[in-house]
Amino acid sequence: MAWLRSKLLGIVAVLVLVYLFVPIAVVAVLSFNHPQGKYNTSWNEFSLSAWGNLCGVAGVCQSFLLSLELGIIATLVATVFGTMIALALVRYRFRGRGPANALIFLPMATPEVVLGASLLALYLNLKLPLGFWTILIAHIMFTISFIVVAVKARLQGMDPRLEEAAQDLYASPWQTFRFVTFPLVLPGILGAALLGFSLSFDDFIISNFASGTTVTFPIFIWGAAQRGIPVQVYALATLVFTLALVGTVVGQIVSSRRRRKLASSA
Amino acid sequence: MTTTAVVGPARRRPRIAYLLLLPGIAWLAIFFIIPLISLFFTSLQVSAGSSGKYKAGFNWHNYVDAITEYWEFFVRALVYASIATVLALVIAYPLAYFIALKAGRWRALMLVLVVAPFFASFLLRTYAWKTILADDSLITQSLNWMHLLPDGRILNTSLAVIAGLTYNFLPFMILPLYAALDKIDPRLIEAGSDLYASPFTTFRKVTWPLSMPGVVAGTLLTFIPAAGDYINAELLGSTKDKMIGNAIQTNFIEFRDYPMASALSFILMAAILIIVTVYIRRAGTEELV
Repeated sequence: MAWLRSKLLGIVAVLVLVYLFVPIAVVAVLSFNHPQGKYNTSWNEFSLSAWGNLCGVAGVCQSFLLSLELGIIATLVATVFGTMIALALVRYRFRGRGPANALIFLPMATPEVVLGASLLALYLNLKLPLGFWTILIAHIMFTISFIVVAVKARLQGMDPRLEEAAQDLYASPWQTFRFVTFPLVLPGILGAALLGFSLSFDDFIISNFASGTTVTFPIFIWGAAQRGIPVQVYALATLVFTLALVGTVVGQIVSSRRRRKLASSA
Repeated sequence: MTTTAVVGPARRRPRIAYLLLLPGIAWLAIFFIIPLISLFFTSLQVSAGSSGKYKAGFNWHNYVDAITEYWEFFVRALVYASIATVLALVIAYPLAYFIALKAGRWRALMLVLVVAPFFASFLLRTYAWKTILADDSLITQSLNWMHLLPDGRILNTSLAVIAGLTYNFLPFMILPLYAALDKIDPRLIEAGSDLYASPFTTFRKVTWPLSMPGVVAGTLLTFIPAAGDYINAELLGSTKDKMIGNAIQTNFIEFRDYPMASALSFILMAAILIIVTVYIRRAGTEELV
């Protein structure tokens, strides 16, 4: 009983983590299913046919590649812009930081459906043709704020004396950034970029407003939901999830090894 | 995540700061602020004869129509989102507490696992709840056996919508809670028990008040997207469980009633801003980002 009480918190914590993964496990299991009928919602029999033929359904791979392309471009642009904003906010004192902070916070405090509707209102009023570019504009817009918050946290956790030391040793501001600040915040920037990519790659609500007839991966899934989502979609989603999870865990292990090495050599 | 004083050597060169801000801030101004202004003018447009055609005007009556026609959708969105937020807080707190104060060397791995659901498709994860909560599923059967379900089922009821909302935004609750709990000096909690406070009293008087910034940030980051969501209501609920997000989406994309959809969006935003302001005032924390 005492054992149980001392371990209770840990048990609850693990149960919550399990709860987070239950739907993902369902998706992974159903990617090996041979559904009875058109809806892949209950187990029927084991099959590898979807995994062996990932592009086997018309439109799946085109939409997947389009989302990949959108995610990569949007993440690159938003990460550069967002990191610049974070640097300005943490390292400089200037007039107008209040409004700048508000402008970064507001998109995160606005429901996605309002962000999507307002962008579509603008596009319609300007008579812009909807498609790749209008989706890309939207993705960069909603990703910037998250990047700023993530990189800012990293910069604030950094010891300012490291930069001061570089300047004392006659490093120019650019050299200080290039050889001291940037390498130190890089893990934070990479983490922020990964978050940005997953937000963009997975966005449905805003893309659905901005896309016209262009079909991203989430829009493909939404459209397919009515007539039954192909098993290939489950397989592709499982693949992405596994790669991202393995990538992050390996990254964590590498960076903690590096940190321990640095600590022991210091 | 508080805004601390400016640190570092380069603090006195505002021109560089403005250059750093320029591209990102300009992007947000052009593609966030201007669209909102555009949305506002669209919400006042007047119908021009045939359906789907509108011309500029100042038809404030659009707002009256939006409220009289869709007030139930607003109420449902706010109620479902509030319940989901409270449930998410109760579920997230023990995990965040454990990661911040007890996890030791498992902390980094557990944090990765908390954000991992973001790597799996939101739509598919929501759709998976259709399988988990289906009428012949283990959960539904056992709750039915205990006579706990008023409708005899979960799927296609408001219960499923709330369950989906609670699940989907949980990482947004866990991360700020963790950030706040991580800043607490564990000695403060030890001091509580050293002074013969019961674990419950220590929690109520020390841990909970100190974690308040995380509670406020987490509840907001959960409530706001949940109140505007329409995916959970669409995939897991019945036609009687539709939320305001569904009304905005169908009016904009299917009915092409742009003024109505825009008016609904503005009312939703105003409602959220009012709730958030009152809530932050009452909770007494202003430093969120």
